[in-house]
Amino acid sequence: MKRKHYLIAGLAGLVVLAGAQAGVTAMDAADAPADIEINSLAQLYEPVQFDHAMHVDATSGSCVTCHHHTTGAPAEDPNCARCHRTAAESDVVGCKDCHSAKRFEADYLKGVAENKALYHTEKVGLKGAYHLRCMGCHREMGAPVGCQDCHSRTDAGDKMFRAGKYAPAPGTKPAGSH
Amino acid sequence: MMSTLNRRKFLKGGLLGGAAATVLGTKKAEAAHSFGGYPESMGVLVDLTRCVGCRSCEAACNKEQGLPTPAQPFDDQSVLNQKRRTSEGAYTVVNRYEVPGQDHPLFRKIQCNHCNEPACLTSCFVNAYKKTPEGAVVYDASVCVGCRTCMVACPFYVPAYSYSSVLNPVVKKCIFCYDTRLKLGRPPACVEACPQEVLTFGRRQDLIKLGHERIRSNPDRYVDHIYGEKEVGGTAWMYLSSVGFENVGFDTELGNEPIINYVKEFLTIVPMVLTIWPALFGGFHLLATRKEAVKNEQQANKR
Ligand code: SF4
Ligand code: SF4
Ligand code: SF4
Repeated sequence: MKRKHYLIAGLAGLVVLAGAQAGVTAMDAADAPADIEINSLAQLYEPVQFDHAMHVDATSGSCVTCHHHTTGAPAEDPNCARCHRTAAESDVVGCKDCHSAKRFEADYLKGVAENKALYHTEKVGLKGAYHLRCMGCHREMGAPVGCQDCHSRTDAGDKMFRAGKYAPAPGTKPAGSH
Repeated sequence: MMSTLNRRKFLKGGLLGGAAATVLGTKKAEAAHSFGGYPESMGVLVDLTRCVGCRSCEAACNKEQGLPTPAQPFDDQSVLNQKRRTSEGAYTVVNRYEVPGQDHPLFRKIQCNHCNEPACLTSCFVNAYKKTPEGAVVYDASVCVGCRTCMVACPFYVPAYSYSSVLNPVVKKCIFCYDTRLKLGRPPACVEACPQEVLTFGRRQDLIKLGHERIRSNPDRYVDHIYGEKEVGGTAWMYLSSVGFENVGFDTELGNEPIINYVKEFLTIVPMVLTIWPALFGGFHLLATRKEAVKNEQQANKR
């Protein structure tokens, strides 16, 4: 936690700069919801209570850190900037509005094959989008990275992971061991 | 435990040096040309740079394939302290590698790579294996005689045997979730479970392009190689890595020739085998079951 405070303090100086940049766009961090329940994938895990306000702080209000080019300042990632440098702010800003929860189902793959421009062949699915965005920063910042640090497992999850009340009895020999 | 003898070299040497090669000439050798895989077949690109070693893929596989209860829960990270291999109870395992110069460990998920030209398939005497047009290498356990040739032939040490059934040992390995998913156009259970999208499922041909594109746009992140694009004639499951593949448990000396090519000469006996195949293996099978029946009878008489 000490590290987080350090981070926020360290970035505070940049807020002025970010604020000036955000001024050219219609929406800024202040308009964003403070808390978001991420529940579209809840099944093995409970929905995640995402403290959006805290993350706005942690990124000094730089929306693009997480939202690509869709809101806040223009695209920073050179791969996005190739096409979206001058793109107008998007109406859709939620991850799930662009990243599909059915990334590898036949219909989606067919769509990619038929219209590469529309789908971005490399656009990750919703679960991948969340975790790839979160985990890298969390690791760098010393923030929690354990599965259950962010979402507690449901009974179905315990069952699949053979954990909690479904944990193997001590001394269970794995099949195939000698 | 595994013998130090490289199994592939053993097979190569054994079959090429054997009588079959010298006696049977080379006329049909072209029959074993590189096949390269079904054009529309599917695959998975495994990106080691994204894997966090959470073992969700192992848990999902266990559930999907109805595998036995493991010794430890799937969220138990202590199993990563050992290098594990696939077994009859685990068609996929994740291993951890500490690589010098890297500030965090790398993880690698292992399962059958679903080769374009599978050595398990070509080495199997009773034709238990099949490469489906969707890309899966599946097997028919009911014809498996438990001879374990495929175990020896597989360059990735994948097929395991169900020793828990002593009388009828059958091969066990990842089947790309063929029956329950792939066949129906759905992604494998492990792919669906992975939080980090380490596993990208798609047409093999597209994955190769995608892999090279990922390397091209992130040259600092990846070594410039897709493991499995060419190795042993190409595999459906392929890998991207941030470090040389030899650092994360891959055999980088397999070469690009399908294992089948090493045994080409041997395969010239195929026409002969085709003629007598049913009789031959019908015979083997009878023999095996007869032996079993006699043994049971003897045991019964003793009581
Ligand atoms: S990895 Fe081994 S078991 Fe799987 S298809 Fe290739 S040779 Fe067969
Ligand atoms: S493809 Fe299916 S059988 Fe193979 S490792 Fe993944 S979940 Fe297991
Ligand atoms: S589920 Fe994905 S991130 Fe987790 S261990 Fe398996 S491949 Fe790695």
